[in-house]
Amino acid sequence: MSEKISIRMSGLGGQGAVTAAHILGAAAYRDSLQVTVNPFFGAEKRLAPAESYVRISREPIFERGEVLYPNIIMIFHPHVITMGKCYTMPFFDGLQEGGTILINSATPLPLTKEDRHNLTERKAKIYYVPATEVAMQVSGTELSTNIAMLGGLYGIRPLTSMKALEESMVERFGGGKFVASATTAALDDAVKEKFGKVSQMIEKNMEVIRKAGESLTEHSLS
Amino acid sequence: MIEQKVVTPEYLFFEAERKKQLMTGSEAVREAIRKANVDMAISYPITPQSESMHLVGDIFAEGYVKEYFRGENEFAVMSSVAGAAMAGVRVFTATGGPGTMRAFEVFPTWAGARLPIVCAFMTRGVNSPLTIQPDTIEMAYLLETGMLMLHAETAQDLHDMILKAFIVAEKTDVHVPVGVFADGFFVTHTKETLEIPEPNIKLPSYNPYSSPVPPMDMENVPVRQMRDPFVMKSNFISYAAHASWQQEVDAAAERSRKYLETYLGGLLETENEDADVLLVTSGTAVCQSREAMAIARAQGLSVGLVKLKSIRPFPTEEIRALATRARAIIVPEFNRVGWLAKEIKSVIDEPRKVVGAPRVYGGMTMPPEIILDEIRRVTR
Repeated sequence: MSEKISIRMSGLGGQGAVTAAHILGAAAYRDSLQVTVNPFFGAEKRLAPAESYVRISREPIFERGEVLYPNIIMIFHPHVITMGKCYTMPFFDGLQEGGTILINSATPLPLTKEDRHNLTERKAKIYYVPATEVAMQVSGTELSTNIAMLGGLYGIRPLTSMKALEESMVERFGGGKFVASATTAALDDAVKEKFGKVSQMIEKNMEVIRKAGESLTEHSLS
Repeated sequence: MIEQKVVTPEYLFFEAERKKQLMTGSEAVREAIRKANVDMAISYPITPQSESMHLVGDIFAEGYVKEYFRGENEFAVMSSVAGAAMAGVRVFTATGGPGTMRAFEVFPTWAGARLPIVCAFMTRGVNSPLTIQPDTIEMAYLLETGMLMLHAETAQDLHDMILKAFIVAEKTDVHVPVGVFADGFFVTHTKETLEIPEPNIKLPSYNPYSSPVPPMDMENVPVRQMRDPFVMKSNFISYAAHASWQQEVDAAAERSRKYLETYLGGLLETENEDADVLLVTSGTAVCQSREAMAIARAQGLSVGLVKLKSIRPFPTEEIRALATRARAIIVPEFNRVGWLAKEIKSVIDEPRKVVGAPRVYGGMTMPPEIILDEIRRVTR
């Protein structure tokens, strides 16, 4: 990776956009890349807009805060686009030329003519992944949607080794070390309850990642 | 309590082996306090600070801090840490934004009572409208409270500055509170790589006899002047007391310069200081300026950077010298009022060189591109 990769993850509170960013960032760190991860949200409540930003590079990264010019935008819920539940409007604003958009939806969303025009002009690539469906199907809970989104991302472009990704999930869900707010901790408990052991959960998550990668479709703008 | 080896501050700051770790600013606070030999920490939650004091609570449970509790509100917390410091123990707390405002009366009281309290301020916008996001406006209000003010650019700075703050605050000829400021979210919630010493070592404990005023002496200042204020007896005595005491608090802050030189390596640091255009700022506006400087220099523009680490005391002479050489001084800030630009203008010979822009407030991110716009404007 010669250049800096800047990723904006837009989702709704409770979907795990912040957790996904932490997992991705920790994986990049394990692969000895430079990384910063920073979440941005208002009052913590489910379904409110929540965003997180990951910057990955081989060079030192100074800049922080919102990613205004992303290479990759990950949309965790169609409402981010259709109901404007994001910090940046229009949702693709600032996308770099040739940038990638990954949307959690089984079917292509009805983009406006203007969106379509602007995205075509930027030579954007749009991918869809039915992340929530994959999460339900494979691990039996929509709480794994964020993991499926990472699966979609790695299907397009693996930003780290799979080993690092798996290890950072073990670190995130395995120990008691992770620092979370009460609401995040409650969601953690809910997802862990679904599985007997953390090792089972990680196994399922890796399967979610594989399955999401396979379920990826590229959507032509023309 | 967990067994830790007591080491000299110099060893902990400069010699101890450091290990790389990926963590947030809030976790960096925890790791600093783990090694700070803190007797007492008192918390009250407010975003984006809540996590920091929550984590200090976690290490209290592990046995790294002797006493910890949650106060009724920020005013109560700041008053309680004052009591604890007066009684001769090392205390730590943290707040931010509206929490800072709620506790405000107590801050000048700390300095007046010569209490070496260390408080972390995780800066947040102040209402109204409501915001929970980063903005350094509260620093404008705290400039003249008598406390020393250090501003962290990164989680690494935050970790190191907290530890160093205790040692500077507790010097007999200083002995005033230190505020360590970090921009909310941009530092507190951002995961980045730090290099930190192992937690099996800690600072020496606070020596209450280092205090220049008698601890908890009912018949002498500072307690005497609280329980039995001069103004109740004689206006004349009160005026005389203020005249000397207020100057002494200022002088104490001035005397911290030599320690900040030693421990922080200067009140400011520079990169390309001979450049035509200098970006002079503090906190995470420095990070954004580094990116802007890199882009500008790649385009052949002569741009340098001055990172202010200490705001109180203010690096007056250093800035004056740098300003003489520079053609323009750009001051990017995360607040509406531009308190830092005002500070800089007030100490240099040609205030017109100062461009008080860009200013970003209410929680918004400062894209390096808008700093570049200012650079282009002055180099056109």
